[in-house]
Amino acid sequence: MDAFLNTSFGITILTFIEALAIIVPVLILMAYVTYAERKVLAAMQLRKGPNIVGPFGLFQPFADAIKMMFKETVVPSGANKVLFFLGPMLTFGLAVLAWAVIPVNDGWAIAKINVGVLYLFAISSLGVYGVIIAGWASNSKYAFLGALRSAAQMVSYEVSMGFVMVTVLLCVGSLNLNDVVLAQQHIWFCIPLFPMFVIFFISTLAETNRSPFDLPEGESEIVAGFFVEYSAMAFALFFLGEYTNMILMSAMTSILFLGGWLAPFGIEPFTWIPGPIWLILKIVLVLFFFLWTRATFPRYRYDQLMRLGWKVFLPLSLLWLVLTAGALMLFGWLPHAV
Amino acid sequence: MIAAIAFYVFAAILLVSAGMVVSARNPVHSVLFLILAFFNAAALFLMAGAEFLAMILVIVYVGAVAVLFLFVVMMLDINFAELRSRFQQFLPIGLAVGVVLLLELCLVLGGWSLAPNSAAMRTLPIAPDVQNTAQLGRVMYTDYILLFQAAGLVLLVAMIGAIVLTLRENRGASRRQSVARQVARNPGNTLEMVDVAIGAGVTMADIRRPLPEATALEHAGHGHDSHDDDHGHGHGGEH
Repeated sequence: MDAFLNTSFGITILTFIEALAIIVPVLILMAYVTYAERKVLAAMQLRKGPNIVGPFGLFQPFADAIKMMFKETVVPSGANKVLFFLGPMLTFGLAVLAWAVIPVNDGWAIAKINVGVLYLFAISSLGVYGVIIAGWASNSKYAFLGALRSAAQMVSYEVSMGFVMVTVLLCVGSLNLNDVVLAQQHIWFCIPLFPMFVIFFISTLAETNRSPFDLPEGESEIVAGFFVEYSAMAFALFFLGEYTNMILMSAMTSILFLGGWLAPFGIEPFTWIPGPIWLILKIVLVLFFFLWTRATFPRYRYDQLMRLGWKVFLPLSLLWLVLTAGALMLFGWLPHAV
Repeated sequence: MIAAIAFYVFAAILLVSAGMVVSARNPVHSVLFLILAFFNAAALFLMAGAEFLAMILVIVYVGAVAVLFLFVVMMLDINFAELRSRFQQFLPIGLAVGVVLLLELCLVLGGWSLAPNSAAMRTLPIAPDVQNTAQLGRVMYTDYILLFQAAGLVLLVAMIGAIVLTLRENRGASRRQSVARQVARNPGNTLEMVDVAIGAGVTMADIRRPLPEATALEHAGHGHDSHDDDHGHGHGGEH
């Protein structure tokens, strides 16, 4: 068996299985995030939420999926056909692609590359292309406005997100995501770097176009923004992409700040539960905050969004970065470079 | 074997998409091909073992620069026919730039073949077991720290230049939100309870929100006609 796994055919098969082992749980989680969102919103608004299809409405996501598949795909007559379909594919493809480097346990990642954090950052910054391309190719005013908003918004929040990541990396001394988690064995980064944790979480809301920063959709002003012309599976791909991105960002938050697969405090009763379960629990917790924010806050006005990104988060994260670097230098806590 | 195939595939796509950047009819398609070219360049970096440079290329150029590029190009209203008619006019300049670049490349590569020892000087000897992220850091922040800082200064100048160019003279013409003033505002200075006799109505000229000082002065200076019905809401946009 080992001999077979070392041939190039064996490695291909193994990688394929590894990829399935991460994509399938992510997709299932994604389906149930849509369900959880409706249930949580319903609970917060004193409604019942989906409760007809299956026990407690648990089969609702599948009913939705089947409905989407059997709807008609409408292509606007003035649309650029190739780009019109490239947009949703790009959104969903990129959201899945990023999972290649997420470590679910010590050394359990498909690609153990030593620039993992940069890879995640690169992939998440590419997500904007799906939106821009879709908005432009639809040949519609509202879609185009949504695309422009999205481009400006995502570029603004990426900068402060980058600074937050650099702060974490200073404390870790490596760009490898596995090392990032192992560096939190004694204390999770969300405690010493708490302000950065808050900035990062809010930036992920903006990066995934979630409420209260869902201006690219803005259904009360620009109908549905960039996906106003999409129907059936093309629309579903945007939908899937958004939720997969949410899960990805939650995973990123868990790994950078909440100790990834590590059990809290590293003490007895917690360590009985295996690492991947802890990671999933943390992801679910962060996802709940996503939904909670959506139920609680009204949408930001566009200039307020820009002001928050450039005038509040950027100086704050830069300041905290300099402070962290200074403190590490002063007390000699700087991790040794590998 | 696989590495060689991958190299030729990436290089071929890079060259073809670079060609399409110039020859595509639609400028948006040009930018998208440019992005494809960036990606393939990043793949070539990866194959050369420079994973840090590859990621930085994707983050900086694809994730930020090209987004803004696309942003601008999408909003342009270009007359393609006119642009194409002046192709002949720009051809000599473009060709000249291309030829100069080609000659310079030949000079550099030719130099190496003339003096083989110089080829060894183009790379800094660094311990092979150090990751290339750390290598880059060591070289940039020790040997070339002055050049690195100078590059930073050049960027700072460019940034200040961009701000100066976009900062408009007429600041009062755009609506600005002063969060501090909004928060400091209380019912006492905006509301007044009035007992109105039936059928009499009321005209209260003095309870309108005062105009912001700067804009009020400016508008008085410009001699715009006064808006008596300008109740409450932010001033300036309607003029």
